Amino acid sequence: MVKEEKEIANRPDNTAFTQQRLPAWQPMLSAGIVIPGFVLIGLAFIGIGVALFVTSRSITVLEIDYTGIEKDSACFKCSNADVKNCVCNLVFSIDSLFEGPVFFYYGLSNYFQNYRKYAASRDDEQLSGDLDAFTAPSDSCSPYDYNSNDKPIVPCGAIANSMFNDTFVLYRVVNGANKLVPLDGKGIAWWTDYNVKFRNPSVTPLKNAFNNTVKPIFWPKPAYQLDASDPANNGFINQDFLVWMRRAALPDFRKLYRRITDGEYAKGLPAGNYSLTIAYNYPVESFDGRKKVVFSNVSWMGGKNEFLGIAYLVVGSLCVLMSIVMLIVYAKFKFPEED
Amino acid sequence: MLRRTLNRWLGRDERRVDSRNICVGHRSSSNNEAFIPPKFCDNRIVSSKYTVWNFLPKNLFEQFRRIANFYFLIIFLVQVIVDTPTSPVTSGLPLFFVITVTAIKQGYEDWLRHKADNEVNKYPVTVLEQGRRVRKESEKIKVGDVLEVDEDETFPCDLILLQSSREDDTCFVTTASLDGESNHKTHYTVPDTEKDLESLNATIECEQPQPDLYKFVGRMHIYKADQEPAVRSLGPENLLLKGSTLKNTQTICGVAIYTGMETKMALNYQGKSQKRSAVEKSINAFLLVYLCILVSKALVCTTLKYVWQNKPGQDEPWYNEKTQREKDTNLYLKMFTDFLSFMVLFNFIIPVSMYVTVEMQKFLGSFFITWDKDFFDPEIKEGALVNTSDLNEELGQVEYVFTDKTGTLTQNNMEFIECCIDGFQYKYQDAGTDLDGFCVTDGPANKVQHKAGREKEELFLRALCLCHTVQVKESPEQGQGQRDGLMDHVDGLGVDGEGLHPPPQEQRGFIASSPDEVALVKGAMRYGFTFLGFESKTMKILTRDNDVERYELLHVLNFDPVRRRMSVIVRSKSGDTLLFCKGADSSIFPRVRQEEVERIRMNVERNATEGYRTLCVAYKYLNAEEYAQADAGLREARLALQDREEKLMAVYNQVETGMSLIGATAVEDRLQEEAAETMEALQGAGMKVWVLTGDKMETAKSTCYACRLFQRNTELLELTVRTLEDGGRRREERLHELLVEYHKKAVQDAPPVKAGVTRAWSSANHDYGFIIDGATLSMVLNSSSESNSSRYKNLFLQICQNCTSVLCCRMAPLQKAQIVKMVKNSKGSPITLSIGDGANDVSMILEAHVGIGIKGKEGRQAVRNSDYAIPKLKHLKKLLLAHGHLYYVRIAHLVQYFFYKNLCFILPQFLYQFFCGYSQQPLYDAAYLTMYNICFTSMPILAYSLLEQHICMEVLLDNATLYRGIAKNGMLRWGPFFYWTLLGVFHGLLFFFGVRYLFGNPALQDNGQVFGNWSYGTIVFTVLVFTVTLKLALDTRHWTWINHFVIWGSLAFYVFFSFFWGGIIWPFLKQQRLYFVFANMLSSVSAWLVIILLILLSLLPEILLVVFRKPRGPHAGQMKHRLPSSGTSTIFMLSQTASTHSFSWTD
Repeated sequence: MVKEEKEIANRPDNTAFTQQRLPAWQPMLSAGIVIPGFVLIGLAFIGIGVALFVTSRSITVLEIDYTGIEKDSACFKCSNADVKNCVCNLVFSIDSLFEGPVFFYYGLSNYFQNYRKYAASRDDEQLSGDLDAFTAPSDSCSPYDYNSNDKPIVPCGAIANSMFNDTFVLYRVVNGANKLVPLDGKGIAWWTDYNVKFRNPSVTPLKNAFNNTVKPIFWPKPAYQLDASDPANNGFINQDFLVWMRRAALPDFRKLYRRITDGEYAKGLPAGNYSLTIAYNYPVESFDGRKKVVFSNVSWMGGKNEFLGIAYLVVGSLCVLMSIVMLIVYAKFKFPEED
Repeated sequence: MLRRTLNRWLGRDERRVDSRNICVGHRSSSNNEAFIPPKFCDNRIVSSKYTVWNFLPKNLFEQFRRIANFYFLIIFLVQVIVDTPTSPVTSGLPLFFVITVTAIKQGYEDWLRHKADNEVNKYPVTVLEQGRRVRKESEKIKVGDVLEVDEDETFPCDLILLQSSREDDTCFVTTASLDGESNHKTHYTVPDTEKDLESLNATIECEQPQPDLYKFVGRMHIYKADQEPAVRSLGPENLLLKGSTLKNTQTICGVAIYTGMETKMALNYQGKSQKRSAVEKSINAFLLVYLCILVSKALVCTTLKYVWQNKPGQDEPWYNEKTQREKDTNLYLKMFTDFLSFMVLFNFIIPVSMYVTVEMQKFLGSFFITWDKDFFDPEIKEGALVNTSDLNEELGQVEYVFTDKTGTLTQNNMEFIECCIDGFQYKYQDAGTDLDGFCVTDGPANKVQHKAGREKEELFLRALCLCHTVQVKESPEQGQGQRDGLMDHVDGLGVDGEGLHPPPQEQRGFIASSPDEVALVKGAMRYGFTFLGFESKTMKILTRDNDVERYELLHVLNFDPVRRRMSVIVRSKSGDTLLFCKGADSSIFPRVRQEEVERIRMNVERNATEGYRTLCVAYKYLNAEEYAQADAGLREARLALQDREEKLMAVYNQVETGMSLIGATAVEDRLQEEAAETMEALQGAGMKVWVLTGDKMETAKSTCYACRLFQRNTELLELTVRTLEDGGRRREERLHELLVEYHKKAVQDAPPVKAGVTRAWSSANHDYGFIIDGATLSMVLNSSSESNSSRYKNLFLQICQNCTSVLCCRMAPLQKAQIVKMVKNSKGSPITLSIGDGANDVSMILEAHVGIGIKGKEGRQAVRNSDYAIPKLKHLKKLLLAHGHLYYVRIAHLVQYFFYKNLCFILPQFLYQFFCGYSQQPLYDAAYLTMYNICFTSMPILAYSLLEQHICMEVLLDNATLYRGIAKNGMLRWGPFFYWTLLGVFHGLLFFFGVRYLFGNPALQDNGQVFGNWSYGTIVFTVLVFTVTLKLALDTRHWTWINHFVIWGSLAFYVFFSFFWGGIIWPFLKQQRLYFVFANMLSSVSAWLVIILLILLSLLPEILLVVFRKPRGPHAGQMKHRLPSSGTSTIFMLSQTASTHSFSWTD
């Protein structure tokens, strides 16, 4: 009895796991699988690549630099930092119908929104409407947390402070007369940013929430006047503000400014001459930056992006090519097919 | 008087150094000067490391002494102190996790130790105090206390046995918990101590505590009222060790001499020196490379940052002004903190979790060895034992195998085969039935008797019956059940026929420390002389004529491996004093009359070539004078406190001279099961097998042939005392000559060995076997002149390395270790493995990279000191070829993969610095940085490293050559490391720039909205996690459900986590960076497409490589087809040859 028990206690369990004999699938990447696989993947990729490429080609993009560095540029006069409230006019023409909906972007280059200190310089609690954070902004906002009189800045931080403040008005020149093209400022920011992440304090009127605070130094007007006409687009949920607050990944970036969706322009911008009136406020020459406006329509894949289509075509062809090479190699050397 | 006291005071300190004085029972002797009891430590055993109070600081201190932990602590502190890109949480959390888990584990283990300590320390013991028996807690025992211990109790401290309830003043103990030997050992009371302990007045002088379990010297002064103090010597046979258990004895009394932490058991607690595996060295080298990469990355970034900032407007654009403090900081300090920040940003390249994973892999992986039922031996009912899990992968790297012969290659299951008395051969002809012992008087054995004359014969058999230390096990009154504990060394008569209920007498078994002795006693029994056992100091034997003869045992001159013989001095009824001696021929022949030698020598040599173990038996009459001299010498030497061993040896040598040779015995030691197959497999796997044995050359050689270590076409190069004496010149010269000659033959003329050629095919080349014996080896190693010594050593080593197998016979234990050390430290530092089963193998087991103990018959010391213990030699094949191979592949892949996955994790973050003004902006969110190594990518590789079988076990076992594929650390050399690093760089570049070009236009959604930098990072991270996991999936050749679960589970977990992490506004986060980033990413078709594209593109070369490499590598597929035929035939052939060998022996 004792002996049996001892044996049982000492004998290793005879289970598949302990004996390392778990049933296992042992895939063999043999030529028989890989070659057809490669052909299939290659063809699929080529297909996607063609679709992407064609789509990307069909997207129209109009890019105009308006930094005004060059003397003949329309905004040359404004590029001087001393000139205040400068307005310049950019005239351009569209040869054929610019198919809609047209998206109106502004772009900045050599602008480091991804700079670490800059990126951290915001107070999400303020931006979610927390009144406590209004009076005591986060340290991370420094040096944009208090003004010289020790008043808290709302919204604090470098990102908010440096909000892009050029404004654009687009006119269609019809028979020498400027006809305003309505720009839609809704739906340019992420839905969740607008509806969840950024909140105004629940104080009416909004202005009262900002008592004892000051506007960011760079701002011409306080946050509660960003869009005085529309309370749903004012304060922290101003969509221009939201767009700006979502920092760009790279130093050359574009951000959505407006959508052209209204009325007669829903189909797109008809061919003709256009005039863009720019309130030139945003200084970029100090850091050697450029500003531009971009008109673009989008497709299912987003904006124009040749890279993706080409990459898919290349990888797809590579796959097909490799499968052909493999086929030749296998045919020639007659490697045994294990099946 | 004053001076004397002073002297004593001063002198005592000196004396304390080498001996201690103990007053038995604390009774100071009246006729001695006032005895000042010295202070000894109490009997508390403290095996725990920590107390509640010091646990935290001490444990933390110990953990941070590890380089890796310390490194991460530094990183963490830098993050806390300096303004760094990632919050301290990112590195603090994993570190905290690792530290906490380790602390909990260690704390738990320590708690268990506390519990065990308490159990021991609070155990009630009986102390005799002034004639009263007092129950005390064990921890209260003081040195000098007289204790009473009952049967089956464990001794609470080291005791000197004073009194036993047994009549013969002995007691039996087992030291199972000390050294694992479960046989009963006999201990003796101190001679002449009085039966009445109360009146005993004695002091004990003994050496200071030392850890050797088998050594003890001391002496006892017994004071009697009216006599001179008597002095008795104390040896290990008087010492009862703490931890051993009293058996077969009702009760004993003893005096405590070592207590608490000074007991031999406690002193033996000190762990063995840690062996480190070669893989760990590789890891450290790789780590250094990555550290360099890390530092250079940080340096490059810091430099470029300041270069870049020099351009106007870049350092402080208007939109990102600096705080006043930043402006005021010293430039160099800024540079330094920037450097530190970069270090912190890139520190993930050195994976904190790798250490945890590697350790977990080793720890969990070692269970598979313990669990393997193929290692289970039904005879001893035990499986394999893993003493250290640090060396699992080393099992796959072995180049040299050093094996013991007896008990390892052979079974150490001795059977008396024949004997030779006075030159006549006596062979026991009976085919060996279970009851053979009882056929003696009328069995067929009678036919061959009386050749050498009855007198000689009986003298020989008496010698066999008397010259041993075997004990008869008293089993009749014990039930069947109780016997099991004794099974190990009991080799009694009827024990095989368990269920037959044989007559009581048959149940008698013999207990001995060596199976040879039992075989001899049993052998004598076959010829009619039965050893009946001890009766106090008298040995009883039953002669052929059924007379009981009694011999008084006067002295036992113990066996030791250096002398290689043992003797007893007995006094017969008639008053003759006889010395019987048995031992190896080499140690007996010089000590007997030469004319007798020749008659026996032939037989001995013939027996030896047949593979039997031979012993010679000699005797001599001692006349009263001689005996008195010997007796005095032995007593004196035994009393000596210093150099007792040497003195005893001298007396032994003196006594054991001028004997007459009676005969010799031959005992067969059968080969272990599958010994030949195992050796063949090891050699096929490219390992060189060296046999190191203390046995005779002939015996060892025949074993080597039987094990197929030497084959018929093997040319043997012999370098032994015999070959040295051949030339008739000085040994030194001859040695030189032979070495040079062999070197020329084996090294210079031999064609370079082609790698990958199996032995079977290489038969065209010449195979060399090398034989050397202990005496010659010491000449080679300790040559008279320094220059020769190193040269000889070199020559010797080169010859050996070119031989397929080497046999070193007549080795002392230390020489075994010497050889292992020599090979270990030779060029290329090959991985060595020692396997043995006896105490004499311990030194080489400890010396080799991997020490393997066989759970054999010679006690448990080898097992205790080994790294792995297996029940049988045949298990070595699976242990190395299957387990070792797999563990190596697993851990090598684990290590390479870990470095790879962290390189391609951090490289995009490094590249991102070029696009963010070198501002240390992390590319990934802190949660991703933290979780990458802990959650997202850790489980698949752990599962892989535990379960992968790139080639299944059967194939590994059948194709020993596969082992060569990973030899010399093949998967962790710089080549593969470079490949993995390159792969990591390629992937990292691809991930970063793929997404970079996608973000040329960040409007990636069909609603025209743009993505920001966290989307960028998340896309890169998603590609990263999927690629890295799928890369592992591609490498996985063995998909069990666990692999499926873990790989797909990890990916699902990543997706789930990302949704979850981005789906909630987390109140504890200062910035909701990832809020809905992941969900938004998934809503973009372009993001999907780029993720798929990049994953596929990353894995494409990998797939191609797998496909293209396969047909050219070892033809795994073809092998499988060819195997069944060739494999079985080989084994069949082997079994044929093995059996012919065994037949030839019995012929």
